[in-house]
Amino acid sequence: MPADGVIDDPARLRTYECDGLTHYRVVPALVVIPEDADQLAAVVRACADHRVPFVARGSGTGLSGGALPHAEGVLVVTSRMRAIRAVLPDDQRAVVEPGVINLDVTRAATPYGYYYAPDPSSQQICSIGGNVAENSGGAHCLKYGFTSTHVLGADLTTPQGDLVRLGGVAPDSPGYDLLGAVVGSEGTLGIATSVTVRLVRLPEEVRTLLVGFASTDAAGAAVSAIIAAGVVPAAIEMMDELAIWAAEEAVQCNYPAGAGAVLVIELDGPAAEVAAEYDDVARLCREHGGFDERIATDAAERALIWKGRKSAFAAVGRISPDYIVQDGVIPRTALPEVLAAIASLSESSGIRVANVFHAGDGNLHPLVLFDDSVPGQGEAAEELSGAILDLCIAHGGSITGEHGVGIDKAKHMPRMYDEADLDTMQLVRCAFDPDGIANPGKVFPTPRLCGEVPGKHKGPHPLQDRGLGEIF
Amino acid sequence: MLRGGRTVVPTGRGTKLSWGMPVEPDVLLDLSAMDRVLDHQPGDLIVHVEAGATLASVQEVVGRAGQRLALDETVPGGTIGGILATNASGPSRLHAGTARDLLIGVTVVRADGVVAKAGGRVVKNVAGYDLGKLMVGSFGTLAVITEAVFRLHPLPEVQRWVTVEPADLAGAAHAVIHSQAVPWAVEVDGSTLSVLVGGRPAGVAARVETVRSLIGGSVSDTAPAWWGRYPWQPGEIGLKVTCALSGLGEVLAAAGPRVRGSAGVGVVYAVAEQVDVVHRLRAIAARHGGSVVVVDAPDEVKMAVDVWGPVPALDLMRRVKEQFDPSRRLSPGRFVGGI
Repeated sequence: MPADGVIDDPARLRTYECDGLTHYRVVPALVVIPEDADQLAAVVRACADHRVPFVARGSGTGLSGGALPHAEGVLVVTSRMRAIRAVLPDDQRAVVEPGVINLDVTRAATPYGYYYAPDPSSQQICSIGGNVAENSGGAHCLKYGFTSTHVLGADLTTPQGDLVRLGGVAPDSPGYDLLGAVVGSEGTLGIATSVTVRLVRLPEEVRTLLVGFASTDAAGAAVSAIIAAGVVPAAIEMMDELAIWAAEEAVQCNYPAGAGAVLVIELDGPAAEVAAEYDDVARLCREHGGFDERIATDAAERALIWKGRKSAFAAVGRISPDYIVQDGVIPRTALPEVLAAIASLSESSGIRVANVFHAGDGNLHPLVLFDDSVPGQGEAAEELSGAILDLCIAHGGSITGEHGVGIDKAKHMPRMYDEADLDTMQLVRCAFDPDGIANPGKVFPTPRLCGEVPGKHKGPHPLQDRGLGEIF
Repeated sequence: MLRGGRTVVPTGRGTKLSWGMPVEPDVLLDLSAMDRVLDHQPGDLIVHVEAGATLASVQEVVGRAGQRLALDETVPGGTIGGILATNASGPSRLHAGTARDLLIGVTVVRADGVVAKAGGRVVKNVAGYDLGKLMVGSFGTLAVITEAVFRLHPLPEVQRWVTVEPADLAGAAHAVIHSQAVPWAVEVDGSTLSVLVGGRPAGVAARVETVRSLIGGSVSDTAPAWWGRYPWQPGEIGLKVTCALSGLGEVLAAAGPRVRGSAGVGVVYAVAEQVDVVHRLRAIAARHGGSVVVVDAPDEVKMAVDVWGPVPALDLMRRVKEQFDPSRRLSPGRFVGGI
């Protein structure tokens, strides 16, 4: 490895002490920045040989502390592995290194009439490797799916330093769908050194609308009506009054005045299909009290409509000294109930909550606003944030829709899954990482004892020798 | 029973029992009595079913609300569990994905009798590992699937099939695949190409015109008779061939006249007249990043040929198997690498 790819200077190590979740900080013992897959594998092998924990980091934009380093471990940073190895429009595929920025995949594919669909709001900075680890989503999940829908193959360095090929350019590789388990495994099953992604045809037309509503209930009812009408919009985003106000203050997006909620709805596809869907969507919005409708038909107008929604997280930072970005999922039909419950919790605790969410798939991003300098507010905010997760679970949802479990939500996993469930998931972890060195302490609150003979394994296990029962 | 040390093969209606390597389990675990649709939430576009439910019965229930589970009944009478375990797929996959993309929650019974679930009832969920994807296509070797939750799609208002026998089959398929018609399926049957377009009437009409401007053909509002059915008869050698889209031309030419399937995604099925067709096709598919699996064939044929073909990461797969079923009780020998 080149000398500048290994960092042990304490001052420089500090710059890697956290990812996008800044209130957890741990300085790694060592940072390495490999240039290619061979170097990365060698690093992991060295970790395996010495049973040193390692944590992978892409662009460090994660919101659950997935890339939070281990104090006695190595932080493996993939930012130098950022080559787009191939764009294959005829195959509708691209092959990229893990450090490639999400939006850069789209930029490389656009000249061929293709793009990479998963679009987390951090897509200008986040890496494909990070997307793979978190199974990142974005606004267009309801129609287009998630990272797992769009990753067809990966070269993976296992926690023991072996390189394995999972999937490929063609679908349905024989054997277990290990790739399906790896995507979303948050760096606990190894590090991808090459990712084969699906490219999607750029739609003929994209039509974006912005509509104001008197309340989130009215907007939610419009969303339900749209879904019930058989429309699957490319995106439906909702913002509540507080979120709108914050965005307005920050970027002057000029959203409908007096709106208690707005919907940003995007339809895409063949022009005639979009036109037909638009007629239904516009009518249904109006029928549910939608007003001040605005339509964008070109890229500039579209960016303007999205401006407010995309600035929401940063915008609340202007109206509040501190905030927690929560990420929970509820069945869409529970939206009015849950929002009412959040409002009531907010009122009784005196902590404000601005709501931004992917209305189409029920993925909420409540922004819990507080001032840490005021005694007790930090704790109250944490408590409210946890109560929102309880609400999600009580309504049959999830504790995370796209940000991941990481370090932040490991303690909440037992609210969603029982011991048998978590134990079963960890069987997979034991298969990949019997020594428990890949991103330990993340995802699962209690590590499972793997019961494996520790150390390197080569070839099939001698099952019969283990005396674990009879084979007929 | 599972603790008694006996080997077990789970089955629904037995429609795909002959798939994979032949096994002789002590117990055939029949889940066909667990056939209920447990819950359908049309507003949330989800359905929760028992694994023994037939796909047809699920479609009947969700169809009442104008919805469908976007899986194809490629073998009549198949159950949800069987479709999941074999990752059986048909024409719908181009538009909606396969079982792995539609499954959002799963409940399984492990070889040691422990009941475990993963995923949930919401489409968007990244809490924990996606065990559902691991179960899909695992041929009953990791655990017994007992319940599943799926994401649903709205039933299209209109469907039209454009069917033609082009001079350049692969070229025509490519033209449609990369077009702005957004085909819902691009299927071949021998030398015939058939493209499904679904959606709203005005949209479908325009898209059908786009397709016809590229490949010509006649339009119908019913599917061709062969649509969504494997091309082989019982007793024949049935293959699943995959490849990168750019390899379609070579693969279709080599697969012979009895090829049928989803050219639009690079997954087709073929009937092999003799065993060496398998080897020849496998080499061609491999050149295009794909694979050949012997899906169904007489036992003697399966013993004489490599049914599953080369499988990268086999070691890792064996280790996963070992964790889930260390005593090799579940469908031993049925899957890749003797798993």
